[in-house]
This record gives sequence, C-alpha cells and structure tokens, in this order.
Amino acid sequence: MGRISTVSRRRLVQTAALGAVTAAVPLRYGRSQARPSLKLGVLLPRTGILASQGTQCVRGYELAVAIAAEQGVTLEIMLADTESNVDTARARAERLVGEGAQMLSGAFDSGQTLAIAQVAEQRSIPFVINIAAAPQITDQGFKYVFRNFPKAGALITNGLTLMKDLFAATNTTPRTAVLMHSNDTFGLAQKQAIDALFPRLSMPFTFADSISYDPRARDLSVEVSKARAARPDLMVVVTRANDAILIVREMVRQRFDVMGLVSPGSPGMYDSQFVSTLGRFAEFAISNVPWVNPNTALAKQVAAAFAQRYPQENYDGNLFNMAFSLQAALVGVDAVRRAGSTAGPALAEALRATRIENHMMIGGPITFDATGQNDAIPSAAIQVREGRQRVILPAAAADAQPVFPVPGWTQRG
Amino acid sequence: MALDLTSFWLAISNGELMANTLVKGTLTGLVYGLMALGLSVIFGVVRVVNFAHGEMMVVGMYGAWLLAVHAGLDPLLAMPVMAALLFAGGYLLQRGLINRFVTRPEHVQFLLLVAVAMILANTALMLFGPDARTVQVDYAFDSILVGPLILDLIRIYAAGFAILLTLLLFAFFRFTLTGKAIRAAADNLLGAQVIGLDHQRLYALTFGIGAAAVGAGGCLMLLLIDATPMIASDFTILGFIIVILGGLGSLMGALVGGILIGVSEALAGTLIEPSMKSMVSFGLLILVLLIRPQGLFGRRG
Repeated sequence: MGRISTVSRRRLVQTAALGAVTAAVPLRYGRSQARPSLKLGVLLPRTGILASQGTQCVRGYELAVAIAAEQGVTLEIMLADTESNVDTARARAERLVGEGAQMLSGAFDSGQTLAIAQVAEQRSIPFVINIAAAPQITDQGFKYVFRNFPKAGALITNGLTLMKDLFAATNTTPRTAVLMHSNDTFGLAQKQAIDALFPRLSMPFTFADSISYDPRARDLSVEVSKARAARPDLMVVVTRANDAILIVREMVRQRFDVMGLVSPGSPGMYDSQFVSTLGRFAEFAISNVPWVNPNTALAKQVAAAFAQRYPQENYDGNLFNMAFSLQAALVGVDAVRRAGSTAGPALAEALRATRIENHMMIGGPITFDATGQNDAIPSAAIQVREGRQRVILPAAAADAQPVFPVPGWTQRG
Repeated sequence: MALDLTSFWLAISNGELMANTLVKGTLTGLVYGLMALGLSVIFGVVRVVNFAHGEMMVVGMYGAWLLAVHAGLDPLLAMPVMAALLFAGGYLLQRGLINRFVTRPEHVQFLLLVAVAMILANTALMLFGPDARTVQVDYAFDSILVGPLILDLIRIYAAGFAILLTLLLFAFFRFTLTGKAIRAAADNLLGAQVIGLDHQRLYALTFGIGAAAVGAGGCLMLLLIDATPMIASDFTILGFIIVILGGLGSLMGALVGGILIGVSEALAGTLIEPSMKSMVSFGLLILVLLIRPQGLFGRRG
C-alpha cells in the first residue's frame, strides 16, 4: 500500500514487444479476412394484391445469399414490404436508405419500381431492378438505376414474334383476337407497346376488342362476357396471376372456347398460383416471356438449393420471379466485388461496367447500356403441360411440342 | 380515357350481351347485399359502424377454407358452422369490448373497430400468409344455359342463399320476442331500459347476429373469390357503399343496394369501360347522398 511499483527496463521492453505483437496480429488477421460485403435493401410487395409474387421474389434473394458467399461477398438482405402500393414503396425505400442500405433492389411492379427509382436517384444509391417492364423507368436518364429485365417494347416484340412462330409451327392462324389487360402502369405500358408494334410486325390477326380492367377486381365476369361477345379466335392477355385466374374461371363458366390463351409477355400464367388454383383449366396456357436456361451451371445449383430450402414449393411456378430476383442480387454482388467500395457512385460505376457471362437465363451476357438497361434478353414460349412449364419455342430450346389450337374446356379430363 | 361511342352502341344493341350483363349484375349484387347485411343489422341497432366488417368476412372465408381442406366440408355446408362461430365471436366482442364504447364519441368507436380490423387482418396474414386460398368444388365451373343466358351455378347458389338469409333475418326481427326486443332497443333505448330490457345483452346478440351473417356471407364468397387477408378493406368499403345506398339499418335496403351496385357496375363494365366500374359505384353513392341522404330504404334520422 502506498508503494510505487517499479518496472525494470527489460520488463518494459518485453511488455512493449508483446503489446506490439498483440496489436499487429488482429490487424493482419483482420486484413486477411476482410471480404466485400453488401447491404442490399430489397423492396417487394409482400402483402397486398401482389403478395404472392413478391414472396416468390424474396426466395430468389434469400437463395442469392449463399451463392454470394461462394463468390466471396457477404450479402445482407434488408427486406421491406411495399404492400403492393406505390406510395409505400417510396416511403420504404427512403427508410432503407436511412437504415444503411448500400444498394436497392426490387420491386416486381412497374409503378412501385418507378417510385423507388426516384428515391435511388435522389439519394445516389444504386437500384438494381429485378422485374418491371415499363419503359420510362430507364428511359428518363437516371444514373443509378439498372434493369436486367426487358422493357415492355422488347417483351412485346419478342412475344408477338413468338406468336407468329407458334402459328407457323402449328399451321394454325387465328384471324381475330381480343386483348384483355389490367389498367395499371404495367398493363397500360404493355398495351401501348402492343398498339405501337402490332402494325409493324405484320401480325396475321386483328383485335376485335380491347378490354381493360382494374387489377384489384374480384370479379371479371362482365369483362369476359364482353370479350366473348366479340367471338374471337384467340385471347391475348396481359395479366398477373390473380386476374389470369379470374379470366380463365369465367371463360370456363361462360363456355367461351378459343384457339388459345396467349400472353405476349406478362407474368400471370406461369405462376404457381395459376397452375395450382386452376388445375386442368390452367393447361395449355402459353406465356411468351424470358425464361431460365435449365442447362446452365447456376440454374442447376439454384434448382438444388431451392428444393432443399423450399421443399413444399413448386419450383416451376416460382422460377421466373425467383430467377430474376436472384440474378438482380448477383448483379449487385458482382458490382461490389469489382468496385472495392460500397459508396453509391463507385457501385454505380461498377454496375455500368457489368458483364456477367455465367447467369441462369436464356440469352447472352448481362450488360447494361448507357441508360442502365439490359436490352438483350430474349423470350421463349412456354406452355403449361401437366402442371409444368415446358418450353415450346424457340425450337432449339424446346422440351415439348406446342399444342395449338388447345382442347376446349369440356374436353379436359 | 375517351368514351368509345361505337363500342357503346355495339354493346347496347347486342341483346344477348345486355341480358347476360343484367343477370350477372343482379346475381353478383345479391351476394354483395348478403355481405352488407351484417353491417346494416349492427348499425341499425347498436349504432356502431363496424369497420372490421370486411375482416370478419375474411375470417368466415378462412374458416370455410379450413373446414374444406381439413374436414372436406363444402363451403355451403360450412355456413351454419361459421355462422355459429362468428356469432359467438361477435357476441363476446360486443359484450367484452364494444359495449364499453357505445356511449363514447364516434371517432373513438371508429378507432377501436379499425384496431380490431387490423388485428384480425394481420392475424390472418400471420396464420395463412399472403397467398390466395381457394377451394375447388365440383360445381365451381358449372353453368346453366337458359336460352341465350349463361348462369353460373355458384352465383345462383350464392344469390339464393342471400335471399334466404335476408328472409330469415327479417322473420327473426319481425316475429320473435328477442327480435322485437332488439328492435325496441334500437327504436327507443330509454324506453327499452324502462321496461327492463337488458340492452347490453341485446346489443351483444345483435352484433353476434350481424357477425353470423358476415360469416355465412364469407363462406359463400369463398366460392366466388379467393381468400387473402388483403381483400378485407375493399369489402368493408363496398359494404359501406351498399348500406348507405340502401339505408343504414335496413335489411331490404342492403339487398337492394347490393343489387343496384352489382347491376350498375356490370352495366358500366359493358357499356363504358370495365376499369371504370368502381367509379360508377362511388358516383351512385354521391348521387344518393345528395338526393336521399338517408338511403333508399332508410328512415329520416
């Protein structure tokens, strides 16, 4: 007590040396373990009318975490629910940025995506879109918005061209059609693209009527009656899953037979909900959309991971939404690896220089043009066959022969 | 969006289309009416606007779905079960909670029932998730041809049950002692209390009956549309439009209001533009509020 301890010179040197070593070890260890990480703010409709599709997208982002880890990137997903609502999407995007999201991704729906794009641009945070087709999203000169998904015009051009291929492959040409489409941002963008491209593509049929409806509608009986009154050969539909189900149900009830039900680029009829709810009446529905190339290494890896993680879920029914979402996350992961920083401008610069050869979709490498758009995503014609999505065109990628005209409603089991 | 006159005249001159439109509108309207009955009953007596109405219907839908999936019960047969369960739930809710708020200001009642609505909707979301739930019945896709008319069987059943249920409720309030006591409490609460009626019990019974009607309506609705927690608020709003049109508290008003909305939406869909259907409902609502604020069958307040 009261004694002042003395330290010998040798002891001092020993302690200092030990201290230096101790301080250096974690530093070196830490440096060797430092790996890029990305806080990805994912905005999706997890409630509201698009909840089911939003949930399928979430699965894609969840699966991307393990794949990112294999690629040496720690991917942290910050999920936010847009409630299928444009204003909520905007508010949630603001909040995610405030909470430290370094990049945003989502949002399945064009209206919500556009709202998020505006936030991303204002806050200089890169936004990688998973699914949204409205052209204005990348047409208005945003610097931080990147879309690995076709614009409505490209979707429709590919979709209509595949229709002509289908008619040629089956020697069956309809003369009249009715177009049914939702009246939201997505549905109207596709309708405008159809109106603009239809004459240029010399389609062999004419539209006897064009019927728009509220996507939140619970009953489309009157709309389908109106379509039926036009007595078309073909039904061309721009739908999501809920409204596609309502349309088919009413067509069956109203004994409204057509040569086929074809989507020129909309997501409704390859959805698991469509197939599981309608059963035999979902059969033979054709969607002309970008699709997964099952032969790629990534697709095989994802299929195995999906089966393990979501054993109760229908892989085919989740595939489109899940694959584009996973791909969007991996585009972000690729950028953060190359950027060496998580600052918005550096990430945006890296995204602009993206070139991903090994992805899981049909088509060439993922690259973005000056507007942030990947304009080289082809479509395939897929048809529901025995509850599964089978590629029927292009012939090179087909795993089933097209059935067209399709059997009448009463001739199905 | 410009009104397409050619398409308008083509539609109106197509007799088959117009006949089908009117029939479909009427059948859908009867189901709407059934859905709104409970709301009207509760307001007519308890004078509390049930903002959890749509959510209660969704509870009925999920109940019917559970019974169909786990017990193989057709939603039509699940109606009495769900009506009984919702009756019990409604009775307890009124007895345990809402009775304490009956004399409080309307905005407090509003907040209370919005809170109940949110709890119900989010519980459904937690239990069942956002995916649409549906039942497949043998007659789901069946329809009957009557000349040029195509009547789908499910709507005929639903409309039939809607009429039956309205008649039952009407008979209950008209001819039974309890029904008369409830009407007495609704007409003159002080008088009812003076002659010794237990108005709190009567209110609870009424809320139970209203909830039972909604529960039965939910079972029928499951045949027409898929159950998701998110549809609840749409149905609450639709229910309001119908009962305000028909007259708050009037059973017949709810049914007629439902038909009016069903037919006007169908006509608007065929003649103008399907995506403008709901605009027509709201337009009709404003018109009735201007011309006859108490609703078509309502009594002047």
